[in-house]
Order: sequence, then structure tokens, then C-alpha cells
Amino acid sequence: MSSEAVPGTRDDGEPPRLGRFRFMDAQRVNLDGFAVEDAGLGLVAFESPADPEPSLVVKDGRVVELDGRPHADFDIIDEFVARHGLDLVVAEEAMGTPDLALARMLVDPAVPRADVVRLVAGTTPAKLARVLALLRPAELTIAMTKMRARRTPSNQAHVTNRSDDPLLLAADAATAAAFGFREVETTVPVLGDAPSNAVAVSVGAAVGSPGVLVQCSVEEATELALGMRGLVSYAETVSLYGTEQIFVDGDDTPWSKAFLTSAYASRGVKMRVTSGGGAEALMGGADGRSMFYLEARCVALARAIGAQGVQNGGIDSAAVAGAVPRGVRSLMAENLMVMARGLEACTGNDALMSESDVRRTARTMPIFLAGSDYICSGFGSIQRYDNMFGPSQWNAEDIDDFLVMQRDWGVDAGLRTARHDDVARLRQRAVEAVQAVYRYLGLADLDDTWAEQAIDAAGSKDVPAADLMAPLTASRMIRESGLTMVDVIGALDACGFAEEAHRLLRMLRARVAGDYLQTAAIFDESFAVLSLVTDPNDYAGPGTGYVPGPQRQAELDAVRQQRSVGDLRAEQALGASDRLRVRRPAVPGADPKDVVIGVSPAVGRAIWTTLSGLAVVDALDELLAGLEEEGCVGRIVRVNDTVDLGLVGLTAARLAGSGIGIGLQGKGTALIHRRDLPPLANLELYSVAPSVTRALYRLLGANAARHAKGATPEPVRNPYSDEAIEARYHTKVVALVAIERECGNPTPPEELVLV
Amino acid sequence: MSGSDDVDGMLAGVRDGTVTMADFRITPDTLRHQADVARAHENPQLAENFERAAELVDVPDDDVLALYELLRPRRATAAELEQAAAGLETRGAIRNAALVREAAAVYARRGLLRAS
Repeated sequence: MSSEAVPGTRDDGEPPRLGRFRFMDAQRVNLDGFAVEDAGLGLVAFESPADPEPSLVVKDGRVVELDGRPHADFDIIDEFVARHGLDLVVAEEAMGTPDLALARMLVDPAVPRADVVRLVAGTTPAKLARVLALLRPAELTIAMTKMRARRTPSNQAHVTNRSDDPLLLAADAATAAAFGFREVETTVPVLGDAPSNAVAVSVGAAVGSPGVLVQCSVEEATELALGMRGLVSYAETVSLYGTEQIFVDGDDTPWSKAFLTSAYASRGVKMRVTSGGGAEALMGGADGRSMFYLEARCVALARAIGAQGVQNGGIDSAAVAGAVPRGVRSLMAENLMVMARGLEACTGNDALMSESDVRRTARTMPIFLAGSDYICSGFGSIQRYDNMFGPSQWNAEDIDDFLVMQRDWGVDAGLRTARHDDVARLRQRAVEAVQAVYRYLGLADLDDTWAEQAIDAAGSKDVPAADLMAPLTASRMIRESGLTMVDVIGALDACGFAEEAHRLLRMLRARVAGDYLQTAAIFDESFAVLSLVTDPNDYAGPGTGYVPGPQRQAELDAVRQQRSVGDLRAEQALGASDRLRVRRPAVPGADPKDVVIGVSPAVGRAIWTTLSGLAVVDALDELLAGLEEEGCVGRIVRVNDTVDLGLVGLTAARLAGSGIGIGLQGKGTALIHRRDLPPLANLELYSVAPSVTRALYRLLGANAARHAKGATPEPVRNPYSDEAIEARYHTKVVALVAIERECGNPTPPEELVLV
Repeated sequence: MSGSDDVDGMLAGVRDGTVTMADFRITPDTLRHQADVARAHENPQLAENFERAAELVDVPDDDVLALYELLRPRRATAAELEQAAAGLETRGAIRNAALVREAAAVYARRGLLRAS
């Protein structure tokens, strides 16, 4: 837009835009791009005219036509899926089941998950895409609740930083584990740093919690090499694409990926593949197909190559899907498709898909509620600027939001609350462990100033002492010396980190057993494998499926910000003052200048500070000064038998010689009352206690005096703002009212004096 | 799953240098067992993957990485893929050999072989 000399003027001669629209245009959601559907470019979520009709023709046990394409025209994806991906025993039944009937099976709690998975195994990509396109958002949510493989939901964190700082990586990996993440993914801004990052994050995660899986996302062959040396415990950067052209551009084929998948398993290392709608459109190679159909090909291929799981739901292309109508819905439907094919689902909510907090939250919400094997396939547990994958949908900035959302909905989305002192201890230990290991193995000497900064840091900007060469040098030595995780374990053991040595050794041992190669496997904190095999999802309607145990429930509920009445009482006691003293039982006044300030039962007993943070005695000082300015005399009377502000004010008015009373609650709400009004009527009300300032209390005093004299009071506008005043203060209000009630008693009003 | 006593024993081995990465290799039998488990849980493709993996356990890391490289687009001629398949077959890696031969045929049809 060109320069605007006058608001709303346009250089095209059109009438100026409305202020309302200029205001709306400036909201953050309008930084996002929104595309007109364009099937030719693949900018269509669910159904493109070029998507094929579902079909499957089998002759002599071989697929000779797949989704409208005869065998002679099969591309590499068709070919691999046709040869390996379909259960031909159920294919006829599956392809013959009406789309709507299959869609209903996905949602119906009476149809067991296993029955759906069995039938879906015989569906072609185009068929399954059609079926899932029929599910509306609430149905997707129910279906996801039922169809995910693992009963216990979980979550994955990104742990990276701009400097590949091994000490900060270790501290942040420990922190991520403390907050409950069971998988931690790192990557590098500098490829050469990968081995150092893998070691630092593995050690840090082991400090934070036993059994946290660690990966380092780099180029396929490098990642496999790290896995072979034990430096990572799973892999995820094995990308699949929905068209032959883009697949080959990605420098792989279904056969190379299938081999890679087996290579990981042959080393006892867990892996999943990555795909996601919009990737092909983003690379300009969608062939006019819808994002969802292309993703259906990827998911069918994932199953065909024998991968146990898929991370999808847009991933790097989430914003592309998000730009078209129903795109966000299609991202969730992709995840469900993975579950329907019986695979582990690592459900996106990964790369940031919107500038708008509302929009990105709304994108995640149904998955958050349904639960998945990993709600996020990359929750940025570090700050946005340190995320070397790019900012995530959820970041360190949002951890408290996420924890509170879990508490709000009573949902386990994989995170748990962590106490400050525990995190401090873990960060220190993680940093010391990596410092010791790097010294012991001769990789680097990371000094104590750096270490101290890393322990305290909220991000790499807080660690100016980090030496950028250290991870590069360390990585070169790890590569050249052929160092393995066994050497790291030996170093930890020799340097007094026996517990961590133990944990990492158990992780290596897990390779030998191979149980964590099964679908959707994670380890719990006692190294028990939770997977499709050991912890199958048994959701079958209300009262079934995953429910957090008592200990887990406490981890979800007990956010560190919660306060009890006892906490608030103790907080109030810190502000206690001896200036307010009982003088005598209150008596009616006769002086027409006599204005009575009625205070609530807890004033001078248990409540000393108003919601605005002002001392109650300071508020009283201002009220008295305001009265005095206008020639009146104030008296303070504590009303003991009611906590109702109207009644407190009316009682005061009836005791006042002038007939005018001020009511003041301990929390700071105030009003002016007159003796002849009904209790709930009043002359002026200052209801927004958190915003009532000293000056306003003085004005209130002065206005009460003007009422007493029959003069015109100065109009007061309540100080409203756009703050969520109720969210900030209502829990305190409940507690303060409870304290007022505890202080209430049937004794008559008593006069107080402010000394 | 092994208890922590066993891990303590292994830690002693790490200390005296008798335990190496080689002690953390999964065995072909374990992978075949995991294949049975996968089949019992209605995932024959995952089972097939574990069966292929079982054949690769004893293939050295560098050879595995080289085979992966060979299977990438336009890295190998038909003859080179056939040679690799034959090599795998010699090691008893029947399933992997079949996978490589299948790739060779499809690559030929789709233009993904290296033009010698």
C-alpha cells in the first residue's frame, strides 16, 4: 500500500476505506496469506478435479490398476503401494464398502479400532481420501480419540539454539524432559555441528528424565550414521512425497526409503517418516492434485515401506494448507489417516502456520482435545528465535498457556508442570555433565562463565560467553575418533554422573530388545515401553480409553501459578499495619458535616491490601483527605455483620450526621450511599477495584462531601481498560470474600481510628 | 527387559573397556520375533521391514550406507544394482536382494537408473 497522507485515502480514486476496516486490516491474522483455491497449482485441500476416482483391479494376486491408473502407467509411488502396501485379502470388501459407511465406522465407538484398521488396509489412497473428507471437525476429533495407536498421549519437543551451544542444549533438553516431553528433536544451523548437538541433547535429556528419546534431524545418511553410533535413539527425517517428481527431487525413491527404514531397524533404532499436505504444491509439483489426495499416497506408502509411524499434518508446509479453504481441517484429517492405517501419528502442530495466536491455537485445539501419539511433532521448547527449524506452532513462550489449557480441559496433552527449583537443579546438572564429558573426552573445555550463563539463560542471547567454534571442533573430533555413545557413557560414569550413565546405557540396551521398534513406542520413566503392543488404545466411548492416573492428574492440575485462600491470607498478612485501631462502639453522628466511611469486616483484621496493590490504610487516608478538602469530617466505622458493600455503605450512611456514607471493602471496591436509599441503590460506585488509584479515592471522598453539602459532585468515569480484569482478579476476589466472611460476626459496628 | 543389575554389570564393562557398541546390536532372531509381534498386530508391512532388517544386522555400517546410496535416484546402473543384489543374496539377505532387483526393474521403466 502506498503512503497515506490522510487516514483511509486511496491513490486509486476509490472512496476511502472505513476506519473499521483499517482497524481490522491491522490485526495480526492479516499478516497470514490466504489463497484463492487453484486446483492447477495444487492449492486445494480436499478434492481437485484431477484427483482420480478410487479403483483397484487385482488379477492373479497382482494389482493391475490403482486409482484409475493401469499398471503400465504406474509411477514409483503407485508401484510400491501396489506391490507392498495393500491387504488384497480385504481389498474387495474395503473398496466395496460405501465411503459413508467407512466414515461412520471411524467415528462409531461401537466399532473397534482394530476392525477399522483391518478394513482400511485394503483401501487405496484415493478411496481413503474420499472417506476421510466426509468427516466434519467434531467427528475427526472423536475418530482421533478412538483411532490413535497408543493409549497414553505424548508430546515431542524441539531443542535447538542459534549457536549450537552444547551447554545450553543440555540445559534446555533437561528442561524439556522436566516439562514432560518424551521425545526431543534437535537440529543444526551448521551441519558440521550435528554430532556435538546429538551428544549434548542426549546427555541433557538423560539428566532431565529417564527414557527420553532423542533425535538429530539432518540429511538422511548422516542421521543414520549418528544412529549407528548410538548418539541418537530415534530418527524422523525420512521424507516422503506424493508425486514421483518431488520424491525424486528429494533424492530418494520408495525403495531407497524402504531400505533406509530397514537399516534403522537393523540397528535397533526407532524411526518414523515425514510427509504432509501442501509440500508438493510448495515445491511447484502437485500435478493439479489436492493436498489431501497426495498425502493419502504418502501415508499409503509409509505403510507399504514398513515404517511404524508418520509425522504429518503439514509440517513445513502447514501454512500452505492453512492458506486454502478447509486446509486446517485437512491437516487433522491427514493425521487421522495415519492412525487409520494403523501407524504411529506424530500430529504436526510443528512449524508455525499463522501470525495469529487465535488462529494457531484453533488449529491445534481439536488434536489437543482428542489426544494423539504426539500432539506436536515439534513443540518448540526453546524460544522462537532459537528454533533452528523455524518458529513452532507452540514455543517456550507458550508452555504456561499449554499447561493451563491442559488444566482447563482436563486433558493430558503430554506436558506436566515443573517447579522452578527442580528445573534449576536439572539445568545445573545437565550443564555440568556436558562440561565434564567434553573435558573428559578432550572435545572442548567449556568454561564456567559460559556454564553459569547457560544455566540461567532463557535463550542463546543470554549466553554471550558461548564459543561458536567449540561445537564445530567437538563434532570433528567425534566424527574422526569414531566416538560412540558407549564412550559418552564411560565419561559420565568416570565424572560422577552415574545416574545419567545408567539411563543412557538402558537406552542402548533397549535396542537389543527391540520392543521400542513397535508402533508408537515411547518409554515411561521406568523404561517400560508404551506402544500399540503394550499400551493399545482401547477407547470405545464415554468411560473408556485413557484416563490420567492420580499422580499424572496432579502434574496436570497443579500449575505453579495456582493459589489457595491460605496463600492469599499469608500474602495479605505481609501488608499488615498497626495504624488502624478500634476506638469504641459506633454511635450515630449529628453534625451535618459528619460523613461515615464504612469498612468491611476484614479491614484492620485480615485484609490490608486492595486489588490495585494499594494499602487499605492509604485508601482511607485519601478518602479522609477528600472529605476534608470539601469541608467535611470523616469517621471510619467497621461494619461487622455483613460483607455486602451496599449494606456496609448504607449502615455507614445511617450512622452519619450528614446521611451520606462511603462503603469500602478490603479489596478496594467503594461506593457512596445515602441513608434513605434501598441497600442496592447507591449514588456512585467504583466497581473496578484493581484500577482505583489514590487520586480516585480522594475524588470519591470529595464527591461524598459534595453530596453531604448538597453540592454537585464531579463526574467520575470508571477506569476501564482492555485488560482481562476478571481473569486477573476473580480468583483473588473469591478468596478475599471468603476471608471477609470468616471475619464477619454479629457484633454492632465499631468506630476505628487511623493513627 | 533386563533389570538394573544387568545394567550395572554392563557399566562395569564400559569402565574396563570390554563393552562396545557391538554389544548393543539387535539380533536377527529378535527382529524376527518383533516381526511376529507386528504380524500379530495386523501390520504385515512392518513385519516385512523387520524381516529385511534381520538380514541387515550383520552387514557392516559402511556397506549399509553404501547400499542406501546406491538405491537413491540415478546413482546406479542396472548392472550395479544387480551386482548389489547378488552380493546381498550371497550374504543370505534374500529379501533385500529382492527389493534391490525390484527397484532396478522399476527404475529402468521410470528412468531412474544412472545413464552408465
